[in-house]
Amino acid sequence: MATPTTAEAAAPQGPAVQADLTDLIRVAVPDRGLRQDLRAASIVWRRELIRFRADRLRMITSLVQPVLFLFVLGTGLGALAGHSLPPGVSFKTFIYPGIVAMGVLFTAIFSAGSIVWDREFGFLREMLVAPVNRGAIVLGKCLGGTTVATFQGIIVLALAGLADVPYNPVLIITLIGELLLLSFTLTAFGVMMAARIKQFQAFMALTQMLVMPLFFLSGALYPLNGLPAWLTVLTRIDPLTYIVAPMRRAVFSHLNISPAAVHALAPGVSWFGWTVPLGLSLGIVALMGVVMAGIAIVEFNKTE
Amino acid sequence: MAVQTGAEAEGSARTGPAGPSQFSDAGSPAISVSKLTKRYGDLEAVRGIDFEVRRGETFGFLGPNGAGKSTTISILCTLVKPTSGTAMVAGHNVVTDRDTVRRNIGLVFQDTTLDTYLTAEQNLRFHADLYGVPKSAVAPRMRQVLEMVGLWDRRESLVRTYSGGMQRRLEIARGLLHAPHILFLDEPTVGLDPQTRSSIWRYINDLKQREDITIFLTTHYMDEAEHCDRIAIIDHGLIVAIDTPEALKASVGKDRVQISTADDQIAIRELAERFGIEAALHEGLVTFSVESGEEFVPRLFAELDVPIRSVSVARPSLDDVFMSYTGRTIRDTEASSADAMRAMAQRFGRR
Repeated sequence: MATPTTAEAAAPQGPAVQADLTDLIRVAVPDRGLRQDLRAASIVWRRELIRFRADRLRMITSLVQPVLFLFVLGTGLGALAGHSLPPGVSFKTFIYPGIVAMGVLFTAIFSAGSIVWDREFGFLREMLVAPVNRGAIVLGKCLGGTTVATFQGIIVLALAGLADVPYNPVLIITLIGELLLLSFTLTAFGVMMAARIKQFQAFMALTQMLVMPLFFLSGALYPLNGLPAWLTVLTRIDPLTYIVAPMRRAVFSHLNISPAAVHALAPGVSWFGWTVPLGLSLGIVALMGVVMAGIAIVEFNKTE
Repeated sequence: MAVQTGAEAEGSARTGPAGPSQFSDAGSPAISVSKLTKRYGDLEAVRGIDFEVRRGETFGFLGPNGAGKSTTISILCTLVKPTSGTAMVAGHNVVTDRDTVRRNIGLVFQDTTLDTYLTAEQNLRFHADLYGVPKSAVAPRMRQVLEMVGLWDRRESLVRTYSGGMQRRLEIARGLLHAPHILFLDEPTVGLDPQTRSSIWRYINDLKQREDITIFLTTHYMDEAEHCDRIAIIDHGLIVAIDTPEALKASVGKDRVQISTADDQIAIRELAERFGIEAALHEGLVTFSVESGEEFVPRLFAELDVPIRSVSVARPSLDDVFMSYTGRTIRDTEASSADAMRAMAQRFGRR
């Protein structure tokens, strides 16, 4: 943001500036173009970061739930589930990838929800009346949510040691990459919802209602194999499944256990016995994100 | 000065530092509206209006809530599409040339559109990037507009800590940041206390002196309409009168002059003999009506033999004007139609 240097840079010019300012009145605002759209997207993105940085409380509160799940639920259920896990693998480790995903879940949706908030408080109007491509605004918003949510996910990643997950650089980079993808798709989902929903309360109620089922059906807390048919179908529909499975795969392949155990614990998603390849799994998530962001752009273009 | 930008327009005339403006045609009026209508279902909010706003003019749209002011301003700002008719703003059609119009206008809405969790500076920077103000121009222009509204010292404060009047001033500054040709102010002083209202007007009048700009505003405060060069009175979606405040008032009636003299009886007699004016004693003062009080007073001093101690000229107010054109006072109309129309405006006009 404008540092004092920018302000001072203008000051020493004194009278010259005064004279120039009259000219400045005729600042020619450029026509719409790619550069202009990128600049618009960038400022929308930066605003998201500024708002996030100012909101330390949110940073802390959105950590509560993952920590609760990982340590309280993880430890409690661990005593029960421990029998079916190979020696040296704790239940906490098993649910850890899912919990990291959970860390970004709320932040991403909440970040997208700020559109509804902006609408209620008028700021959305400032964005929508600007002579820029609406797509640039939606994109900036999606990328803002992605950045903020990924950052939140990285904080949960920092707790890896407490869940007996090694701090392996390759693992961490892989997980961050997957978090970015997940955050983008979740934000796009939130922005798509925000295009339609006009009240913040309604948005929060609706997304909360959707977020928990998404999480519980993703296989974050249990293995995807050997489930009853109805649950198998539901887990395969949940887009979150397709990111939790690769994340679990990444975590388990960096543990000191046999390949057979890795395969047993993190087999990946299967469709009627066919294992969905990693690339396809991630591709599904990315595609959903792109489609939802596209719908959001169409929706925002419709509004005046 | 970085006035020229990379993304030069094809077709539309672009401006250099001292160049003319971005009007498509140098001689065209700032705003020209012809046969404009807007329907919302059964409701005809604007029923075929025509008017022109000259460049550099402060033009006021006066009328009660729900008269069609907000709908008209929304059409001019490209936020609402008209049902029929045309509107040209800065020489560009508001329907077919929406982006060009938007680049050439500044908007200050009735409701705040600031991000109150950002600082004033951050809000302006956001606006500058969104409107593509050339980067080198942002800092000096930002300083200029902030100084204009007296908020330069508070630029690093969160807008949330601003008073209502300060927020409105910041919005005006922001509306001016990209150097629009026309500034639209929708009820710029609504919801502010009288003192703040008058300070906002001071800034707007000051702005007129400094910037080569056309101002289009709506108001339902009669006293504020006096700040305008010309006024259109709108009622039930139609323009019932359009002229300067003075002419409108003159069309309504005469000025009331009250004088106190050394000898009131002689004064009354002389007024009758020399000017053919019928005067009477009211509230202990010689009271009479003339067409143009201000012009009459010097003659009075020159030609009346009786020493004059004091003079007061009361002109018809715009309240009287509104009353004479619509048969109602603005307050009468507010109670009946405001709620229905406001609900409608919220459904259609916002966003």
